[in-house]
Amino acid sequence: MTDGPGSGPGSGAAGRPDGGALAATMTGFARTLRAAGVGADHERTRGLLDALAHLDVTDRAAVYWAGRLTLCAGPDDLPRYDRCFAAYFGGHRATTARAAVTSVTRHLAARDDPDAAERDGGATARPPRPPPPARRGAAPPRRGPAHRGRARRGAPHAGPCWPGPAPGRRRSRRFEPAHRGVLDQRRTVREALRKGEVARLRRRRHATRPRPVELFVDVSGSMAPYAETLLRFAHALVRSEPRATRVYSVGTRLTPITAELRHRDPGTALNEASKAIPDWSGGTRLGEELKEYLARFSARGAIVVIASDGWERGDPALLGAQLARLSRQAYRMIWVNPHKGYEDYQPLTGGMRAALPYLDDLVAGHSLAAFERLSERLAHA
Amino acid sequence: MDIQSPGKLVELLDRHAYLADEGLATAAFLALRMGRPLFLEGEAGVGKTELAKTLAKLLKAPLIRLQCYEGLDAAQALYDWDFARQLLHLKAAEAAGVTDVGRLEGEIYDRRFLIARPLLKAVETQPSVLLVDEIDRADDEFEAFLLEVLSDFTISIPELGTIRAETPPVVVVTSNRTREVHDALKRRCLYHWLEHPDFDREVAILLRRLPGCGETLALQVARAAERLRRAGLVKPPGVAETLDWTEALLTLGAKELDPGLAAATLGAALKYREDVASVLGNGLLQHD
Repeated sequence: MTDGPGSGPGSGAAGRPDGGALAATMTGFARTLRAAGVGADHERTRGLLDALAHLDVTDRAAVYWAGRLTLCAGPDDLPRYDRCFAAYFGGHRATTARAAVTSVTRHLAARDDPDAAERDGGATARPPRPPPPARRGAAPPRRGPAHRGRARRGAPHAGPCWPGPAPGRRRSRRFEPAHRGVLDQRRTVREALRKGEVARLRRRRHATRPRPVELFVDVSGSMAPYAETLLRFAHALVRSEPRATRVYSVGTRLTPITAELRHRDPGTALNEASKAIPDWSGGTRLGEELKEYLARFSARGAIVVIASDGWERGDPALLGAQLARLSRQAYRMIWVNPHKGYEDYQPLTGGMRAALPYLDDLVAGHSLAAFERLSERLAHA
Repeated sequence: MDIQSPGKLVELLDRHAYLADEGLATAAFLALRMGRPLFLEGEAGVGKTELAKTLAKLLKAPLIRLQCYEGLDAAQALYDWDFARQLLHLKAAEAAGVTDVGRLEGEIYDRRFLIARPLLKAVETQPSVLLVDEIDRADDEFEAFLLEVLSDFTISIPELGTIRAETPPVVVVTSNRTREVHDALKRRCLYHWLEHPDFDREVAILLRRLPGCGETLALQVARAAERLRRAGLVKPPGVAETLDWTEALLTLGAKELDPGLAAATLGAALKYREDVASVLGNGLLQHD
């Protein structure tokens, strides 16, 4: 311990502090982490104490690493961990802790409440999120359709609800028994054993599984009238195929909202999702956000659905390049544009023009009927 | 092998030409000491798989690799029966007039008809290093299944009984984070996020790994690699790529990184056409 503070491990006499003091110190540290949103629960804290039994606890760097290895669960936790470590054990950060410079953490550094990683389960006490920033009046250069309504935020009223759309299916690598297909050796042997001879050849074929859907919902200002309907659609999709659907809101930043939409009740789900989205009614920088998406996730074999009006404020060339990459990964690319339902619609916005070469489908998203058609498309994709 | 401290492990890894920083060494040290799997996450080419290989070398244990892919299931990961041989055996028994089903069953579900896949092999081989590579590419059903195996290293085969590892294998799980792996699996493991090495370490790695590489070339390649990683490419080069690139340059007899040679060998470092085009277009290979 080079610059050990009074409260840190190894305080007092040199050598190992007694176990009780160490446990108390580390439990306190884990509590600090939990308050900062790192899922450092009791089980993980026990892991930390186990780890410290093998290390020199008077060495600041060893304590830093033991904590980081046992209490963190993803790169998003690291900047928070570093801040908490410095705050709790005093002094500056351990010299070994280089600031992580991944795209993820860079992205997170720009946020006060980094909470990008979706974690199923395991996430313990989370600080309440700050309310989303007030609407920035970033209107698109031209107005959308004239009948613009106010975007309803907060508790959504009963809106349209439809039975979950079922996306198409794809071949799984797993097998199921069938009348026609390849030889099912295991069952054939079992039966031969029972009957004393190879009587019949049993067969099997590949089972099917739902094709994954990656859905991007544009929550920028120009899409405000449609955002709620789109989120309802997303909710129905998540409810019908919870394991094969992933939803992200896009606007000025990419936010995964699948976990929030898993709630059974559409009202609760929409509320949660609304709270999670930090950039309501801003502009759209779809190109940059898709670039981030491609750096972190993958749409391999998935049906990609982008719901946006294509008012791109970033560089359309960047958007085009990202869509090109996305279309090479994806199974199908579907763009839902609410304006397409109007008679004189022409895909003329910069974003839409950049996107057209890479789309399999450009569908309307302005009415319930349009969404039913979209469900249909997904089912037969 | 008794390894006293993370520092000692750094030395041992270095002997096998793997330069680990303190964080990674502490992670590997604790994994060995606590008998916990090591979960390494990071971008492609930062040395995750290489660490598992090097650990196997220094522990003098065989490396057993399970490469994950979508749809991977128990039959490919755990064990499978050799059906063709079982059927032959039944046919032979039939010809010999054996009709006792109980006896036949005992005969065909014998260990010699069992094909051990990586997970079973790792449980049966002691000591061994099990590398579960790119777990993010498998689906979540497989994760749950792997969690079960990693919890107690016991594999029960209905027809045969239970196989348990006396001493659990050293396990390294890697992920490129193309999807979020379930928290339950990470909790079983020690989690380490691997970064690209910093400039000095990368130079050291090049010199350590490629004996023919002079200091001038190593410095220049590492500097170029830093620039490429900051250029917002689709796939920034990892250490694996800079090593390949340097090797390509050495093969062409380069002593220094001149822009012409760099452009000619760029395919060793960058794997996307757009990346190559943008690097050449922006003159990122020019010396500063």
